Amino acid sequence: MKRTITSAAVLLLCVALFPIGGSGASARPADEPAKAVVTIDNFSFGHPITVPVGTTVVWTNTDDVPHNVVSKDKLFKSPILDTGEHFEFTFKTAGTFDYYCSIHPRMTGQVVVK
Amino acid sequence: MTEQKADAILHDHNHDGIDRRGFLKCMAWAGTGLLCVMQGGVLKSFAMAPGMKWGKKEKTGELAFAQISDSHIGFSKAANPDVGATLQAAVDRLNALPIVPEFVLHTGDITHLSKTAEFDGAQQLLKGLRADTVHYVPGEHDVLNDDGRQYLERFGKGSKGAGWYSFDQKGVHFIGLVNVVNLKAGGLGLLGHDQLEWMEDDLKHLSSSTPIVVFAHIPLWSVYPEWGWGTDDGAQALSYLRKFGSVSVLNGHIHQVMQKVEGNVTFHTAMSTAFPQPAPGSAPSPGPMAVPAEKLRGLLGITSAKFVRGSHALAVVDSSLDAQAASGETILDANSLASVGG
Repeated sequence: MKRTITSAAVLLLCVALFPIGGSGASARPADEPAKAVVTIDNFSFGHPITVPVGTTVVWTNTDDVPHNVVSKDKLFKSPILDTGEHFEFTFKTAGTFDYYCSIHPRMTGQVVVK
Repeated sequence: MTEQKADAILHDHNHDGIDRRGFLKCMAWAGTGLLCVMQGGVLKSFAMAPGMKWGKKEKTGELAFAQISDSHIGFSKAANPDVGATLQAAVDRLNALPIVPEFVLHTGDITHLSKTAEFDGAQQLLKGLRADTVHYVPGEHDVLNDDGRQYLERFGKGSKGAGWYSFDQKGVHFIGLVNVVNLKAGGLGLLGHDQLEWMEDDLKHLSSSTPIVVFAHIPLWSVYPEWGWGTDDGAQALSYLRKFGSVSVLNGHIHQVMQKVEGNVTFHTAMSTAFPQPAPGSAPSPGPMAVPAEKLRGLLGITSAKFVRGSHALAVVDSSLDAQAASGETILDANSLASVGG
């Protein structure tokens, strides 16, 4: 009985020190968040995407003209992205985030963070 | 003198002075050198044959100027790997006009990425113009990164706000507007309250017989909103122009010629000197359109304009960079315009 309790205690200790999943050292490096890719193509950000809190969204411009990514509520604003350039933003809180291209403002997009 | 009269159209079925069938013909795709003249509210169009030129003698009360647009210096992709060469070709063509324009209007997107070297390159090339002056308005590509600060430093002298201004030449009142800054998410071009207030005030004391030319980058009329080709508060600006007998609106942005007549207002958009864009809705997006190399210069071009005192008309001729000048001239001047179509 003493051994079982000890084993259980050791097991509990292991779980506490090395959490299963999440940013545990056993799964992947603690500081690398999940990424989601938005390809900017044909003057479009594509459909709205839904990502978990903590995701880094990477926008890549594949158009022959520059675009940028500007959050409607001033949360983020990319530099001008020429063809092939990208911009990243990590969403640390849940919510619905509308953005647009301030050069071609008809282009709008949305990230839903859950 | 031989008159080339490919199609002189006169259709006024609604009896409201608007020649709708004529204007449909004038919605010509780029490069054919189509002359559309509105005289007394009725649009007449003439297909320009090679060698047709303006009357060589500049008559008193005539104002000749030109429009170029969308030079995009700095762009270097499939649609045109050398926009400097095509801008130079446009300069050469402007310099070869039988009547040298008194000035040139550049309706924006001078540069591609608002970079210093791009502004420098554009200004260097345009120094080769025989015309005395270039009057600019910015495109959205000229005001990236710095809210248009560099554009204003170079071209904004004497202007207000984001770079709007007006000037008079030979009795014609020119208004340069800026509709490419402070754009709202999901919106089109935007003039903004301050600029509209200024414009209303600027026009207030002009007599209704003053010919007006308004120039801005994005079309002030709704060409194709799905692609951002329009100005959200453009109608407001146009409302200030209702009292005037002759109004011409010159725009760029769409990289193709489009014309429309609505009442007293003639709208015209110019070709780009850099790369063509697709016709509305004919492609997934309005981006640069790559064409076979030998076809490129046929889709780029300049616009020459002439205002004759006493007529309603601003006569506008679009010519592509590869339009050939033939030997044997045909003079199309004020006399021949008056005699064709009565």
